[in-house]
Amino acid sequence: MAVKVYGAEMSTATVRVLMCLEEMGAEYELVPIDFSTGEHKSPPHLARNPFGQVPAFEDGDLMLFESRAISRYVLRKYKSSGPDLLRDGNLEESAMVDVWLEVEAQQYEKAISAIYIETVIKPVFFGGVPDEKVVAESVEKLGKVLDVYEARLSESKYLAGDFLSFADLSHIPYTHHIVASPHASLFESRPHVKAWWESLASRPAYKKFEALKRFGVCSALERCSWNKTFTFFPFKLECRKTMFADGVHKQLCLLLLLRRHGLR
Amino acid sequence: MRKPTTSSSLQMMPRFHPPYISPSDTGTTCFKETTRRLGYLWHSLGNEKMVVKVYGKAQAVCPQRVMHCLVEKGVPFELVHVDIDNMEHKRPEFLQKQPFGQVPYIVDGDLELFESRAIVRYLAEKYADRGPNLLGQTPEERAKVDQWLDVEAINYNPWAFPIVFNLFVLPIRGLPANEDDASAAVDKLNKVLEVYEKQLSKTKYLAGDEFTLADLTHIPATRYIVENCGLSRLLDDKKHVKAWWEDITGRPAWKKVVSFVETGGSNYSP
Repeated sequence: MAVKVYGAEMSTATVRVLMCLEEMGAEYELVPIDFSTGEHKSPPHLARNPFGQVPAFEDGDLMLFESRAISRYVLRKYKSSGPDLLRDGNLEESAMVDVWLEVEAQQYEKAISAIYIETVIKPVFFGGVPDEKVVAESVEKLGKVLDVYEARLSESKYLAGDFLSFADLSHIPYTHHIVASPHASLFESRPHVKAWWESLASRPAYKKFEALKRFGVCSALERCSWNKTFTFFPFKLECRKTMFADGVHKQLCLLLLLRRHGLR
Repeated sequence: MRKPTTSSSLQMMPRFHPPYISPSDTGTTCFKETTRRLGYLWHSLGNEKMVVKVYGKAQAVCPQRVMHCLVEKGVPFELVHVDIDNMEHKRPEFLQKQPFGQVPYIVDGDLELFESRAIVRYLAEKYADRGPNLLGQTPEERAKVDQWLDVEAINYNPWAFPIVFNLFVLPIRGLPANEDDASAAVDKLNKVLEVYEKQLSKTKYLAGDEFTLADLTHIPATRYIVENCGLSRLLDDKKHVKAWWEDITGRPAWKKVVSFVETGGSNYSP
């Protein structure tokens, strides 16, 4: 029986779990949770994730939440059909995987998530304007974290050692968005970090996600039934039904902002 | 399946458990892991020459998490004091060991690790054969432990930290605190504890009916919040959280950590 992931592709945490399932070649069903209707706070979803967050995960009688915990379970469950990304058979290697997973959750995510929220989530889904002060502070913080990564990756091919692990893959969901943005220079300017990222982005599972446009924001906007195109120098406006069905006007603004942020 | 025993000395006696053999194991992994566990058994039979060193300040939350795990497992350690009040943790020599300038880090033989939650996972795995089982037995139980470990890291700690920092750490140093940050964090933490109340009405501990790492990682910060920040009211209206709190802080291992910290200990032997 296929496992179920309850989530949304705009959620980086959901993508983290989906990436692991793809890496292990597992069969799964993505059950969309509609944020626009507050479904994530509805009683049926709160029964799956009492914090009203995504993703939640179901495997028979087992219900889990927290994307990294779900990912660990998936990587163990399907261990015989994919790469060894947790190194459970080796105490020192698995300890290093845990160290860099904690670094990802405690240091990396705290800096990069603020950039994603301000420059993508706020404008695209709420029609808001990025708080440039928050963005600048987060870019500086992320720069310092990436300096540590640059030093680390000059000593070993991947974060936990010379082997690819879940500690590396866990970085994909947020990083994908930021390298597609004007802040990509944070990664481009650090040669070992750049090489590390290019290695992750060349993996078949990543390429499949990109080809299917499953990295969230852009895919949601493309999957619609109604569209018109206007040429309005210097922009070509593609008017489409928003994922929140808010009407044409908001959609026009959203697409303009997306172009400004180099996301389309 | 390991049967629970009531005698604490029996609990602490090292046992040998062969590793789980997966259907895809060619024999090499099983051999390596068996040899490794026999090695640990040999060391634990009184031949331990290497003592784990924990680098940090005893009063800080994260080193206490690591010390608690070591005491639960009956593992001797040396606490090497890091003078964080004078910014020792931001100096180049320290940054060589912990590049983010935080405590603790540990040295266990040739292995150096940082991030307290990764360290306790390592210790719980390495010493799986002694003391309480802190990681669950089946893949499903392990997943629940992982889940609540992450809840503490991602949903609990972001609110616990500003409370302890503003209402305990800064006042001790005579520095001005941000009361608004602390007050907002108290409201958020209260909502998180309401979720804990629901969970703990179904299970005795967070991940199930046994004490695991998922409970352990909560203790040091919560203790400062309840005892030193005047916020015991956060637990008072939550019957199951309060009972859980009294149970886990009543554990002999935690009491030993508290006593070790209060007496300025530097070497611990079980």
